Amino acid sequence: MADFEVPVLREYPIIPKLKEGTMAHSSPFVAKPIIQEPLGFPGELLDNWKEVAIEKMGELCGKYRSLQVYLDSCVKCGACTDKCHYYLGTTDPKNMPVARQDLLRKVYRRYFTFAGKYFPKLVGAADLTEEVLDDWYSYFHQCSQCRRCSVFCPYGIDTAEISMAAREIMDAVGKGQKYCNEIIGKVYKIGNNLGLPEPALRDTLEGIEEDVEDDTGVKVRYPLDVKGADVLLVTPSADFFAEPHVDGLIGYGKVFHEAGISWTFSSKASEAANFGMFIGSYENMRRVSMRIREAALELGVKRIVFGECGHAWRVAYSFLNTLAGPFDFLDPRYPVPQHICEVTNGLIKEGKLKFDKSLNDDMKLTFHDSCNVARASRMGDKPGGQFVIPREIIKSCCNYFYDMPADTIHESTYCCGGGGGLLTDDLMELRVKGAMPRMQALKTVVEEHGVTNLVAICAICKSQFAKTLPYYGFDMNSIVSLHQLVSNAIILSDAPKDDDENDDDGDDA
Amino acid sequence: MPIEVNGKMLETDEEGYLADLNQWEPEAATVMAAAEDQELTDAHWEVINFLREYYEEYQIAPAVRVLTKAIGKKLGKDKGNSKYLYELFPYGPAKQACKYAGLPKPTGCV
Repeated sequence: MADFEVPVLREYPIIPKLKEGTMAHSSPFVAKPIIQEPLGFPGELLDNWKEVAIEKMGELCGKYRSLQVYLDSCVKCGACTDKCHYYLGTTDPKNMPVARQDLLRKVYRRYFTFAGKYFPKLVGAADLTEEVLDDWYSYFHQCSQCRRCSVFCPYGIDTAEISMAAREIMDAVGKGQKYCNEIIGKVYKIGNNLGLPEPALRDTLEGIEEDVEDDTGVKVRYPLDVKGADVLLVTPSADFFAEPHVDGLIGYGKVFHEAGISWTFSSKASEAANFGMFIGSYENMRRVSMRIREAALELGVKRIVFGECGHAWRVAYSFLNTLAGPFDFLDPRYPVPQHICEVTNGLIKEGKLKFDKSLNDDMKLTFHDSCNVARASRMGDKPGGQFVIPREIIKSCCNYFYDMPADTIHESTYCCGGGGGLLTDDLMELRVKGAMPRMQALKTVVEEHGVTNLVAICAICKSQFAKTLPYYGFDMNSIVSLHQLVSNAIILSDAPKDDDENDDDGDDA
Repeated sequence: MPIEVNGKMLETDEEGYLADLNQWEPEAATVMAAAEDQELTDAHWEVINFLREYYEEYQIAPAVRVLTKAIGKKLGKDKGNSKYLYELFPYGPAKQACKYAGLPKPTGCV
């Protein structure tokens, strides 16, 4: 099945022995000029790349004081060393967070600190050379920016930010990653990561309406570009396209339908994802975000709700207001923006949604906390809401729920192995190996409780698991969307009774 | 690395997708499949032809649901599901079948 060694799941997790250089060959495709240039980056590696890189590093340290603090403050305590899923899965010492940081830190010391300028060897400072740049390209594309290491760092050093800065420096010298940068270009050109044009989107949504009506007898609408709708739903384009994503999208529609909320998708903001964050580019992140503001204004909506997407929620929750705000034109009674899980759970608590839990009885479920939701945002109005709310929804519509071991969930959750702009086939070995700690935790609940399905609220997690589960002996279909469970169990009050035909007038306008 | 089809060299990208959609001919699919030890049966061609028709109209590969529904309509309901498509294209209908059909690779969180 694979031309590399797939990690073995054990009886209990271990810290593996180091094997130097095992992942030195792992490197994603480099973006060609046609991909680089529309994003404002040089097409290919500049002749004076060294000077430009160092200048960019200085600029970033000045602009983001956090970055300089992170580069200055590591005391090599070792707390982070066994916390990265990529280290645990690959055994490559350069995938220890401290070692990854040091790839950038040693160059920072050489050019920006007194000791590094005059006594480089004494302080582990090193010149920026071609080998260092190659190492950066390889190992900063072996970090999914999941921030698990930062939870355990006594100084709170955030490798994600270091990794973003490194990628930004590489983009500035003309060495960008094909996967992320091609996708950002598609958002500018077509409106979403997939490159799904408006007619295809409309056709896909109409097909979904037909399917849902066939299935339930209810005309649930999946509206596009409806002016004057109350809610603009912004969701990852994978939700229109892939499985199990689309089963979650069907659930969003049923929730709005049953609650009588008028809503719409937008063909302009037909993408929640914002890969600008993965490449550390504020300008691109802002440009991608602005589409959402423009769509909200054009459609005249009162609320913005985000679908199941991990990093999109981070951008939305943490940065949207400063990137694309102010959102003073929206209804102030609702949070800006709101997560679909907050909406659904709120409606459940108000008694507006009813479920037949037995419809999910063929599954025993566990929940994978997506890294960006768990460690880079919050949900609802209480601390830890991002952990509680999704689980409350699952328990409202399913009878069997079991959590994975405590050190693998909530703020200690493991990344799926495909986040941070690494969900690409040219990094398959890394993705499979990086999934190991999550698979190990899944194995525990499979054995202890007979868990059959893993629930996620992130498009990347879903695609990554669909691909990597089989490498560990699990079924690719055991990954499900959270709103898929909602969709399975929700009782649509205008559904025809068993004995009468589809009624034609079940629309909610 | 270009592939040779009927004596012509066709340019592909790093992952073997055709650089120029218009250069596609049925033989190209056969050559790509052979390189992956796959033989193309009529069942494969149903999918490949549908992908090309859909792309012609919408400039994008169909969503998995659109594809399964179309195949189900043509070949019977028992075949209108992704399990059937994965049997035909083990690496995933969206990616492997698109490649054989000369379509660009679907990008994003898929």
